[in-house]
Amino acid sequence: MRGVRTFAPSRRTVLAAGLAAAVAPGVRAKESRTLTVAAFPLVDQIVKDAIPQWQQRHPDVAINVVMRQYEDHHTAMTTALSTAVYLPDVMALEASYVGKFSDGGGLSDLLQPRYGIGRYRDRFVAYAYDQAINRKGQMVAAPTDIGPGTMLYRKDLLDRAGLRDSDLQPSWDAYVDCGIKIKKATGANLIGNVKTLKDLMIRGGLKKGQGIYFDADSNVLVDSPRFQRAFELALRVRRNQLEGRLETWSNEWAEAFRRGATATELGGSWMVGQLANWVAPKTAGLWRAAQLPESTWVSYGGTYYAIPRDSDPDKKALAWELIEMMTLDPSRQLAALRTQDAFPALLAAQDAPMIDEPQPFLGGQRARVLWREAARHITATAVHKQAKFAEDAVNAELDSVLDDGKDIKQALADAARLLELRARR
Amino acid sequence: MKLPPFLRLSPKWAPYVFISPFLLLFAVFGIFPLCFSLYLAFQSWEPTGGLKAMEYVGLSNFTFALKDAWFWKALRNTLWLAVASGVPQHLVALPLAAFIHTSFKRLRDGVIAVYFLPYITSTVAIAIMFNALFSQDYGMINAALAQVFGMEHIDWLHDVAHVKPAIAFIVFWRYVGFNTVLYLAAMQTIPGELYEAATLDGASRWRQFFHITLPSIKPMIFFGVTLSVIGGLQLFEEPFILTGGKGGLQQSAMTSAVYLFREAFDFNDFGGASAMSWLLFVVVALLTWLTNLAFRTRRGKQ
Repeated sequence: MRGVRTFAPSRRTVLAAGLAAAVAPGVRAKESRTLTVAAFPLVDQIVKDAIPQWQQRHPDVAINVVMRQYEDHHTAMTTALSTAVYLPDVMALEASYVGKFSDGGGLSDLLQPRYGIGRYRDRFVAYAYDQAINRKGQMVAAPTDIGPGTMLYRKDLLDRAGLRDSDLQPSWDAYVDCGIKIKKATGANLIGNVKTLKDLMIRGGLKKGQGIYFDADSNVLVDSPRFQRAFELALRVRRNQLEGRLETWSNEWAEAFRRGATATELGGSWMVGQLANWVAPKTAGLWRAAQLPESTWVSYGGTYYAIPRDSDPDKKALAWELIEMMTLDPSRQLAALRTQDAFPALLAAQDAPMIDEPQPFLGGQRARVLWREAARHITATAVHKQAKFAEDAVNAELDSVLDDGKDIKQALADAARLLELRARR
Repeated sequence: MKLPPFLRLSPKWAPYVFISPFLLLFAVFGIFPLCFSLYLAFQSWEPTGGLKAMEYVGLSNFTFALKDAWFWKALRNTLWLAVASGVPQHLVALPLAAFIHTSFKRLRDGVIAVYFLPYITSTVAIAIMFNALFSQDYGMINAALAQVFGMEHIDWLHDVAHVKPAIAFIVFWRYVGFNTVLYLAAMQTIPGELYEAATLDGASRWRQFFHITLPSIKPMIFFGVTLSVIGGLQLFEEPFILTGGKGGLQQSAMTSAVYLFREAFDFNDFGGASAMSWLLFVVVALLTWLTNLAFRTRRGKQ
């Protein structure tokens, strides 16, 4: 359940998409043309917001944004790529799907001279750029927004427990120690769902180009100290009853935030937008952001734009022009930040004054500065074809450790065996 | 006005023309997917690479599926659910049909309609309703259990030990009416004289049920059980919707059909999923054949 949902909020983070209108090939000069952008919620809005600017440049080219729900969108894109029919001119992809699609060859290599994204390399935050490069060295998508990992905490609850954010940060163990004190002083849980803690921990300390579950040669990395420690700490959280045992994104999970029953949350920077917009808007001013414990620099979600290899060749130049506008124009990147909390992948936008503005939901804290710092520490993580299965398999083993008392070593060995069978499929 | 001769349909061809809509649709939605999945079962395919990205890999999809622990786990879940939902369906439907057959005269059609209603209701509506009924904090099922037995609230749909029984119950509830209608239809064909004669001979209603009703409707039982075996092994909608398309915590409600859907669309392995679907077909065929065998031998003994 949780796997995909983890990234659900990045729908909000992300940018736009479009629709398709059949245009007779070759009819250029007179008849108006349409550029189709396929996107998922909130990205569609970001693209729609850009239409006036686009129309100034190309009054004769309409933009049609086709929006589908997050999972439906990615299923539809898989189907469109597999059959090469009804392909959009521009497709928005969530970061994890970029990895999944990158080695298939269905997306155009943006390093080709006709696009030439290579010359803009220094303008993007490094990890977001590197993340879209596949094993053959092709770059299949352009980054538009990112999700630097962050820790959010309820300042009022920490105050009541006599703690400060610096107490949470030295290590993951210190974070859990604080959880025990918070529980004692306030009754609040440290975290809504302990899998979130595990997810952040296993993303920490990866070498460049290494994946979470597999290395570059498809060797399974699950049976390792990194996972062992995440599992042990998750078990400690469960045993001390510091988690709400709530399914992420469920009503109960959101309700716990509204009632102040959850003291911290870990995730991408977009989580602030989620809390502020719908999860717990009334808790505005009580939250603060901090870097993740143990200086864990991780990326959690993000959005890219891609051009399908087999889309209408006559419109590829226009498609690329739209992507350039969305990803390289600081005003568009900042508009997305302002309206949808999509943290820019463009460095120029990250250096804009808006980044230094205080955020009312975080009690006036200038938290975007933290996320900018985090973004520059993050390194690209390779996404293996089987990453999604791996996430499910690891979650299942964690559940048996937490619920049924299964031995951690055994659980990780079992997960590794499942993954080894698929690693090279 | 007469049509020119070349537009007239000769009687020789007319039947084929009239039957062609079905054949065309069947070819597109029946035969083609069947052949395509058989073809895919021998290919490795990264779907986002387009149709050209297929690569022949021989039997390796099948060997992978047979070695995959989740494939066996899903098959065990499927068999568990098929038995737990299928057996009670028939054990309840048989006496229920006999009861309706003998005890209702004018009201009968109305009573049957009520039992049949779940069968024709949309699965999504059923799933939403049971989601509410099974809810841990506010669900009526927990409320009733707490009231009557003083039981603690159970997290039916997210608890490894309870999600399977919950789904089996829904499947049972949904199909028991269908089976009742089958048996009722069969019972209506039994000549009334048999019962009259038995009554004259002093046979109780109990004996009449076991010695007249049951043997007479045995072909229908065979039919009903076969449908349950096939339907049970292909169970997809209920577990898929109730577990949000993922198969539940620790895959405890992931049936074979749910798994092979996920293998294709979540894990992008269409070759492996196709191989699994053909392995599932073998299991379905085998169990159907065994069902057939079981009913035949018994008939032979009589």
